[in-house]
Amino acid sequence: MEAVLAGIKVILTEDGYLSDFSQWNKEVGTELAKEEGIEMTDRHWEVINWIQEQVKAGNPLSVRGIKKSGVIDIKEFYALFPGGPLKISTKVAGVPKPKSCI
Amino acid sequence: MSTTKVKKMLFILSKATIENVYAAFVMANGARMEGIESEIFFTFFGLEAIQKKKLNHLHVATVGNPAMHIPTMLGGLPGMEAFATKMMKKEMEKLDMPPVDEFIEILSASGVKLWACKLAVDMFHLSEEDLIDDLDGVLTIGDFYNKADIEGTQMLFI
Repeated sequence: MEAVLAGIKVILTEDGYLSDFSQWNKEVGTELAKEEGIEMTDRHWEVINWIQEQVKAGNPLSVRGIKKSGVIDIKEFYALFPGGPLKISTKVAGVPKPKSCI
Repeated sequence: MSTTKVKKMLFILSKATIENVYAAFVMANGARMEGIESEIFFTFFGLEAIQKKKLNHLHVATVGNPAMHIPTMLGGLPGMEAFATKMMKKEMEKLDMPPVDEFIEILSASGVKLWACKLAVDMFHLSEEDLIDDLDGVLTIGDFYNKADIEGTQMLFI
């Protein structure tokens, strides 16, 4: 479906994830975060950057990966993105919804 | 909070086979990943999953387990249980499934509450030192029923 985020026309999947990463920028990310009830801080962006790097490198995302990331620990991850942090942070990062069970 | 009608999952784990322990852990973690609250009550043999000395030595049953699809005589040979368990652990590691001790750390950090059953702890003559540090406490089943404190709570027995 089409939507307008931060003044840009974007295409979203049914779940509200960005279909095309080239349409992502920080403002779009901030809008997506707002829809999830999150106010982005530098700490949030550190996690988003890490996620985007992982996706670019083709590494699968998981909560276990977050633990091993060296960027943030799981407790803080759940505090920064409450209610399904992997789902929410990947949405904000403009990457596809992860299919991980861990 | 999640958009699903399930708001809280309570698991009672009564077994120590590796597939049952992982079933409970994956479901509890999966719940947290969806924003669903989760708690686990370890009772009877489930206590082995939270005993420091035993939690990394859990096995899959090779005898009396028709799902293994091997003849009983074969399953009962020395070393078969350890072998089958090793194979299963190898496959799980390929899928980024952590070993039990790391999994417990992840569960605890993700906000899953972990409880030992008082009756079982007494029955097996265990003490606090035998159990993991991440344990949130020892409860009776009555206490655990009272953890169903919000609408949309589900309880599962494993």
